[in-house]
Amino acid sequence: MRKIMLICVVALFTLWVGTVAAQEASNVLIMARAADTTGLDPHTQTAFASFRLLELIYEPLVNLDENLNVIPALAESWEFSEDGMTLTLNLRQGVTFHNGAEFTAEDVVATFNRILDEATAAAARANYLNIASIDTPDDYTVVFNLSQPDVPLLAALATTNAAIVDSADIESGDVATIANGTGPFVLDNWTPEEVTTLSANPNWWGEGPNVDGIEIRIIPDETSILAALRAGTIDFALLNDPLVATLLIDDPNIILNRVPSISYNVLQLRAVVPPLDQLEVRQAISCAIDRQEVLDVASLGEGQVTGPLTMATFALPPNELFCYEKDLDRARDLMAQAGMEDGFTLNVIAANAEPPTALSEAQNIQAQLAEINITVEIEALELSVYVDRWLAGDFDAAIAQNGGRPDPYTMYARYWQSTGNLNNVAGYSDATLDDLMARGRSEIDPEARYEIFAEFQRYLAEQAPWVWLFVGYEYTAQQPYVMGFVPTPTDSLLSLAQVTLER
Amino acid sequence: MIRYLTQRIVAFIPTLLGVSILIFSTIRLVPGDAIVAMLGTEAGMLTDTQRQSLEVYFGLDKPPLEQYFIWLGGVLRGDLGLSVRHGQPVIDVILARFPVTLQLAIMAVSIALMIGLPIGVLAAVKHNSMIDLFGRLFALLGLGMPSFLVGTLIIYVLSVYFKILPNSGDYVSLIEDPSRNISQMIFPAITLGFAFSASVMRTTRSAVLEVLTQDYIRTARSKGLSEAIVIQRHALRNALIPVVTIVGVEIGYLLGGTVITEEIFALPGVGRLLFNAISQRDYALVQGIALFIAFNFVLINLIADFIYIAIDPRISYAQET
Repeated sequence: MRKIMLICVVALFTLWVGTVAAQEASNVLIMARAADTTGLDPHTQTAFASFRLLELIYEPLVNLDENLNVIPALAESWEFSEDGMTLTLNLRQGVTFHNGAEFTAEDVVATFNRILDEATAAAARANYLNIASIDTPDDYTVVFNLSQPDVPLLAALATTNAAIVDSADIESGDVATIANGTGPFVLDNWTPEEVTTLSANPNWWGEGPNVDGIEIRIIPDETSILAALRAGTIDFALLNDPLVATLLIDDPNIILNRVPSISYNVLQLRAVVPPLDQLEVRQAISCAIDRQEVLDVASLGEGQVTGPLTMATFALPPNELFCYEKDLDRARDLMAQAGMEDGFTLNVIAANAEPPTALSEAQNIQAQLAEINITVEIEALELSVYVDRWLAGDFDAAIAQNGGRPDPYTMYARYWQSTGNLNNVAGYSDATLDDLMARGRSEIDPEARYEIFAEFQRYLAEQAPWVWLFVGYEYTAQQPYVMGFVPTPTDSLLSLAQVTLER
Repeated sequence: MIRYLTQRIVAFIPTLLGVSILIFSTIRLVPGDAIVAMLGTEAGMLTDTQRQSLEVYFGLDKPPLEQYFIWLGGVLRGDLGLSVRHGQPVIDVILARFPVTLQLAIMAVSIALMIGLPIGVLAAVKHNSMIDLFGRLFALLGLGMPSFLVGTLIIYVLSVYFKILPNSGDYVSLIEDPSRNISQMIFPAITLGFAFSASVMRTTRSAVLEVLTQDYIRTARSKGLSEAIVIQRHALRNALIPVVTIVGVEIGYLLGGTVITEEIFALPGVGRLLFNAISQRDYALVQGIALFIAFNFVLINLIADFIYIAIDPRISYAQET
């Protein structure tokens, strides 16, 4: 027995020495995350996990900084005409694709033709439908001629879904299989669900990259990612589950980065389904829910209570919105006005583990709504099944985590315009919302736009077609020697180009 | 013997066909298609034309029955189809992952046998002693602790107390770097082997107990053979048949991949591949893996049958005509 113990100890020790010795100081950033990209075509991806890879390889015309302001990328400057009918962009000169081809206006035209071509099935096509034609006065100027004023178009360009690809690749039909971008990193190898290796692009126009490359490993279990960080075998990690991420708060050896997300957690009510078609009933639900409690219980308080808009540039403080203070008396009054004092049964769908807090949110809401006699029945569904039902509008209420956009129009036109693709999912529309959306699209003056969307938020909160709950944090975790990473509300990894490793 | 083999192999075919029909229809009956699995809620933003072009891309534009026969035709020609997500032939994707799973299965079963067999025999021979008690307690523990608990505990102890974690998503194959590979595989193998060693121990114990009451054991003892030889030559050998049976089933099961252990230890095995293929509705890949697993199962059963002969000469598959 003693012998076996001895052998075990010796074996463990050799293993330990072996692992330590294997960690020679290299200038490659080792990053871990739980989910892999779903593909390489930047225009058809919708998963956050895909953007986190492709945004390092491809670049759009403009980008967003950590405050969600539009900043130059492949376009150095831009200008809207007075009437908002044309957007002119001046392109960066001397930029090359990873294959050496030069980036010119021709690539921009080819890219947008591809996105607008329905056969491409581009994810963000709906955002660019107002582009009537594209002119290229010279190789480094692009003019978008619009069919109607479209101010949100500029911010809508700042996505990997509108990344510029080489016109030659579009012609040969290779965009989906090769990753030939202009970004700071070059894709060397992608083994799906295992490992992706990137090397620094020495010809990148920006400052950096300061590392020689990035190795992205897929570790499907987030607690194992945590273990790898603690064991020092990885430098940097993306985390989703607040219950896992918060375990790092008190860890002196690992740095946890937290930024409020622009994605929001929401209780979607479908106002077309009785009794939710009664304003009073929806308002009662809104008044009966203590949003901070949902946040505290479901997500350990990791986040902030939010109204409809989540970007700091437009969001009103929640206390200015309808019934953001729990008011049970008012809720019961409203239920009585609707003739619903005896309550009703509300079916709520929620996806298993997407977001990780979904079921806990549903359970807390169930407990809170019981106080106004509403019996909540929770239907927990596998993600694809949930999405199927959600898209078909086949539910009364849903716990959802919906992605945010830097511009309120782009964020909500799909839901709150009666012509929006997802208006049926939202389950509510009216003339006021249509009008606010239309004005928000065409108004050029920033202050006037702010006012339009302030009204939009107040109105939505009061009509309570949905009950907005909270925004969580975007988490990244890193070793202390990883310097210069700037976390952003969109969880972008773009600043990995500026990161240095000071082991 | 040859005739028996042919009979068994011919019997394979309806089994595999049945499995293929079952899998093909099940995965299609699950709500949510490949398009929704890829695009999530953004699938709602697609226009009809966009959706159609994606259906063509995923091969969903034809009626299911036609899809099945196209697929079956391919299988008969040795072509399992193309994985849409991986952009590679299904067979290549599976074969790239299979060595990991095979190695894990072999290591786990070896560990289980190394622990389970001796304890089982000892527990039976020293029936109702302290060793027996300890053995039964061990079995209870092994059967009662699920792999996600054992695996997570191992990772926790290694990373927090020893500051090592051989598996952090950087799997290397046995050929590339044998010592790194073994260090990466040993802990998941222990995780799987620990639970299985309990079954081995219990099966061995009861089989040996039963054999020890047989007449030939008494005869062997009365011949004056030492107890050690009685146990080794006569008792253990005769007790091995049920052990071989459960080992066969276990290997078949392990070759199908062990989703949880592979997830926790970030091993690129068949289990994770299948799990991801199902959640992404990568139909061709799911069908390919299912067929592959079924094939392995049948094959291993066959091998187990032949091991029975080696152990017990009284068993014979030769047709006496």
